[in-house]
Amino acid sequence: MLRWIVWRDLMLAWRRRSDMLSTVFFFVIVVSLFPLGIGPETQLLRTIAPGVVWVAALLASMLSLGRLFANDYHDGTLEQLLLTPQPVFLVVLGKTLAHWIVSEVPLVVVAPLVGLQFDLERQTLWILFASLLLGTPVLSLIGSVGAALTLGLRGGGVLISILVLPLYIPALIFGAGAVEASIMGMNPAPHIYLLGAFAIVSLLFSPWAAAAALRISLE
Amino acid sequence: MSPGTFVQLTGPNGSGKTSLLRILCGLLAPAEGEVKWQGADIRSLGEEYFTSVTYLGHRHGVKDELSAVENLRVSNALNGIEITKERARAVLEQMGLAGRDLLPARLLSEGQRRRVALARLLVCNTKLWLLDEVMSSLDKGAVALVRSLIENHLAGGGIAVVATHQELELASGLSKRLELTT
Repeated sequence: MLRWIVWRDLMLAWRRRSDMLSTVFFFVIVVSLFPLGIGPETQLLRTIAPGVVWVAALLASMLSLGRLFANDYHDGTLEQLLLTPQPVFLVVLGKTLAHWIVSEVPLVVVAPLVGLQFDLERQTLWILFASLLLGTPVLSLIGSVGAALTLGLRGGGVLISILVLPLYIPALIFGAGAVEASIMGMNPAPHIYLLGAFAIVSLLFSPWAAAAALRISLE
Repeated sequence: MSPGTFVQLTGPNGSGKTSLLRILCGLLAPAEGEVKWQGADIRSLGEEYFTSVTYLGHRHGVKDELSAVENLRVSNALNGIEITKERARAVLEQMGLAGRDLLPARLLSEGQRRRVALARLLVCNTKLWLLDEVMSSLDKGAVALVRSLIENHLAGGGIAVVATHQELELASGLSKRLELTT
């Protein structure tokens, strides 16, 4: 069942590639503005790099979250998904997984490349990659709750940012913290472990919360 | 409602036809009372109930980006019935969509998209059909097709509740009319 939901959402994303590309371009442009604006002060750039890349990733995921359920809601397929003989949290989990693959994985892949602009060392770039790989599922999972809660509301795009961004803070702190530790020459492992723990907690709770929110939004 | 029952919901706009159907399929919680299926409250049955119900809303639930074949295969697979591409094409041909079944659904007309949604009825094996305004934007031929679909369903012991403005005269079966007022 999960396979079909993921396949369906990946197919839909593939048929609307421009949506996917706009998220990646937004991320690349936002991250690139900082070195351009600050100029070639390598020490300063290295200091701000972890925060800038992570904040850009959070903002980029805001762009795509609004679409997570909205398209299905408008053409009536979301009702049909809720009426299938499988638990709603599985539907949510499938859609969230597809969202992560479509909207977050490209960011994770290009992050080391845009990180080069901040004069980061190779090892640090790997840590950046790893922290985003572990942290972006959190963004999709927690974001799904916000997307479900704001479904069908006017101005939902702004509301979703206000709801979800504060919940991203732990991921931001540990994710950026890991990269920072690596820049300072310290061990990034504790940050990575905490980020992993946060990812597991959000995997356990978000699909259920989002499923409950969807039921309420559709009534 | 006993097997083979057909209920036609009529009434002016805003009289609650859609709300009633949404309550019957469990999308909406009733303000009071409960909906029972085979003696059990549908709220307690949960997902199990959905194996017996097919609901088609007036928003037809057809994805614009997917072709008719893909739409049909996905919606059935999610309801636990995996069909092959050939079977999907045969079903769509029966719905009068031969030659259009591989185009993205956004290129189809409103009536054709409605036919794609209705094609699910040919594949599903559910007992209870809840159809909301499915006749709108259908031509005469398609309306006749829907009528024969419902007749076959009733003959096989199924139940159908249909909200419609058009008169739907069925040849057989226990036909009831429920007129809602505002």
